[in-house]
Amino acid sequence: MAAAVKLSPNELTTFPFSAHAITVTMEWLEVAMGLFVVYVGIRHRRPLIALLMVAQMALMLWFAFRHGAALHTEHNLFADKFSVIMALIIGITGGLICLYALGYMREFHVDHHPEFKDRRPLFFALLFIFLGAMFGVVFSNNLLWLYFFWEVTTLCSFLLIGYKQNTESTQNALRALTYNLIGGLAFAVGIVWFFLRGGSIELSVLIKSAPAVALVPAALLAFAGLTKSAQFPFTGWLLGAMVAPTPVSALLHSATMVKAGVYLIVRLAPVLQGSFVGIVIALIGAVTFMIGSFAAIGTSDAKKVLAYSTVANLGLIVICGGIGTYEAVWAGVLLIVFHAVAKCLLFLCVGAIEHKLHSRDIEKMAGLVLTMPRMSVMLQIGIAGMFLAPFGMLISKWAVLKAVVDAYPLITLFLVFGSAPTLFFWVKWLGKLLQITGPLKNVEAGIGRGEWFALSVLSALTILTCIFFPLISKYLVEPYVTEIYGQSGHLAYGNFLIMSLMLVMVSLFPLSFFNYGWRGKVMDSYLGGANAGGSTKYHGAAGAVREVQMSNYYFGDILNEAKVFRAGVVIGLMLSLVLAGSLFSL
Amino acid sequence: MTPFVRLLVYLVAAPLLGGLLAGLDRKISGRMQARMGPPLWQPFYDVWKLWRKENIVVRRSQNYYVFFFLLFVIFTGALFFAGFDLLLMVFALTLAGIFFVLAAYKASSPYSFIGAERELIQMMAYEPMVLLTAVGMYMAGGSFYVHDLASRSSSLIWPLPGVFLGFLFVLVIKFRKSPFDLSCSHHAHQELVRGITTEFSGSALAMIEVAHWYENVLLLGWVYLFFSAWPVLGVAAALAVFLLMILVDNTCARLKWQTTLKSAWIVTLVLGFGNLLVLSFL
Repeated sequence: MAAAVKLSPNELTTFPFSAHAITVTMEWLEVAMGLFVVYVGIRHRRPLIALLMVAQMALMLWFAFRHGAALHTEHNLFADKFSVIMALIIGITGGLICLYALGYMREFHVDHHPEFKDRRPLFFALLFIFLGAMFGVVFSNNLLWLYFFWEVTTLCSFLLIGYKQNTESTQNALRALTYNLIGGLAFAVGIVWFFLRGGSIELSVLIKSAPAVALVPAALLAFAGLTKSAQFPFTGWLLGAMVAPTPVSALLHSATMVKAGVYLIVRLAPVLQGSFVGIVIALIGAVTFMIGSFAAIGTSDAKKVLAYSTVANLGLIVICGGIGTYEAVWAGVLLIVFHAVAKCLLFLCVGAIEHKLHSRDIEKMAGLVLTMPRMSVMLQIGIAGMFLAPFGMLISKWAVLKAVVDAYPLITLFLVFGSAPTLFFWVKWLGKLLQITGPLKNVEAGIGRGEWFALSVLSALTILTCIFFPLISKYLVEPYVTEIYGQSGHLAYGNFLIMSLMLVMVSLFPLSFFNYGWRGKVMDSYLGGANAGGSTKYHGAAGAVREVQMSNYYFGDILNEAKVFRAGVVIGLMLSLVLAGSLFSL
Repeated sequence: MTPFVRLLVYLVAAPLLGGLLAGLDRKISGRMQARMGPPLWQPFYDVWKLWRKENIVVRRSQNYYVFFFLLFVIFTGALFFAGFDLLLMVFALTLAGIFFVLAAYKASSPYSFIGAERELIQMMAYEPMVLLTAVGMYMAGGSFYVHDLASRSSSLIWPLPGVFLGFLFVLVIKFRKSPFDLSCSHHAHQELVRGITTEFSGSALAMIEVAHWYENVLLLGWVYLFFSAWPVLGVAAALAVFLLMILVDNTCARLKWQTTLKSAWIVTLVLGFGNLLVLSFL
């Protein structure tokens, strides 16, 4: 088997070995998982979960018994540049998260949450199974195998979200399970449909089939991708998933789970290109991008801001998949890479900060440059990596914008209105870190070596992926896109030059701090002339000495987070119905 | 002119032109308010005086951010006049603006903080229209490159009248003019102390001023781009737009930030997107 792994530049490399026994084993494992899920549904009185699972199991069992004999696939696995990119992301960020989790979970149980039962062995076992399943997802060509790994990630995320075993976690875990089972059912129907119409259960065949055969199954699989990557109306589960310990959030948001969803959608892009189904999927992504960004303005919970930003960025990737042109796919794959690294860094930073400051409120992070200097630098790198020129995410966003203008110019409306709030919520967070309101004590001590290592590597990666962006694009992304479309998006030489120049200029900025001890005169800030010794206290009414307090704007009155979210769900639901309706007309 | 020569001319001439325009602004504003107004060269005297003043700060690192604000504004203008990608230019300008906001955050004073917050709201208000302007020029002109757009034989104003009007609207915000001068105003009567620039003095304030000169020239250059087929008309239009801004500034009082944000977005949606809608169906 290993001998068959060889990457050739122009061809999808496949694995010529038959593995009927493996398929059968997977089917039995699926049945076991299915029975467990049905049990969960009954135990927690969620008939919908049980029902969705029974429907899936019945369909797949019927399929196995009725058509099992005809299900011999030539290639069960494949590996191309896209799979390699995904494997690198999963391996590197996933590995670093596991490393970080070792120290984090010890502190979590021993110092912070003695009330929760210490089930660390199970926790780490689940992490590893999760990562293993992700490798399965990105290398499977046999759709039944892909489906198996897909369901494993659903189950793992359910168990990890519910890790704390309190009411809130259980509720949220069940919600995640429900939403993902809806996607799973669509996946199963898609496989059966494609076999009955197209006579194959291979992903590589599906991508190359004519739209008449491929569009319906592709739409169903893409729908499963939408649920997994938490697009509206299914966004709720990812936000609820924040109750889990931080490494789980980092894993769900960067390396696994949501990336499985967008991976599948981007894979299917050639089929979706130019179709009505593709437009609807792109619209769902566009609405998710815009509304996710707006919702992020209204909250000061750091993890929630990160979650909304994930949802929004996944929306961008979904747009790329839905458009499906070579430019869009190029941009989409780049987004997957850059987002994984920067978002992973941000989550792990917030996790460590939460343990030290006992809060993950952004307002409490004022003066982080003094209380946790090293951490604040890393957090700044992460935030800059998420939205600032010339970092990777911005280059990719720019590529998305170009791809959208070329394909469906009207969708740019969502992009331009979505990127304005993005700017707002990131900068106000960034500014908060720099702000100093009084002498503060350094509380950084006590963060484990594994955690520092993971954070440092991720910070370095955020910068390095930006420096080596042209190489990543040229040797990994462009070959994949060219293989499918015959041409690829790329960064024009002039623009590459500008980006490099900007990178050099931005990297000069930290150097200015070498000049820190210059002979300027430092004075107190202006407090209406009523300073009470220093910049942080003033004489208020009746001579009382008060602390200066500054708080960011959250627009609670005009942009209520819950209302915005509800609007997203409603629009997402309508678009999903349009998507379903368009399937019947095909 | 080759792009390189244009770039050099921009680097040298933009602050001169920007400063003169600022002087003109003050002169005309003075006349509108029944005053004599200062001499035309007054902005240069001011900057020169500021530059030689003692360096006073609240936080030691605050001026680094200001320096990078200036650096990136100049860089953005260089991108424009050398004929590079419009979208990249918009992103570079945003980066510059963010350095300015962070400088005010860093100063950690309540007044500069409110200014910073309002500056962010202003950025949020104009960003969609600025991006749509770039997109509209691409749809009508077939390229994101300023160089290609400037050398077209027909002017972009014809297919993009709505985008142009929308762009004018957000220019009021970008020029920091009333009624949208939320973060820092030239009119003392409606300002919260000195807004975003409260804690900056001496050379830092001089740098902010020079950055605005560069930025204004860049924005007027963008106005010119709408009329690039007739250079004379283009220059006249840019000047007319500048005079219009002065008129608006002197006839309006500051509005609430909510009004700024809502009105800018409605204009973007109706004029900007409406224009693109028509364009995509033609």
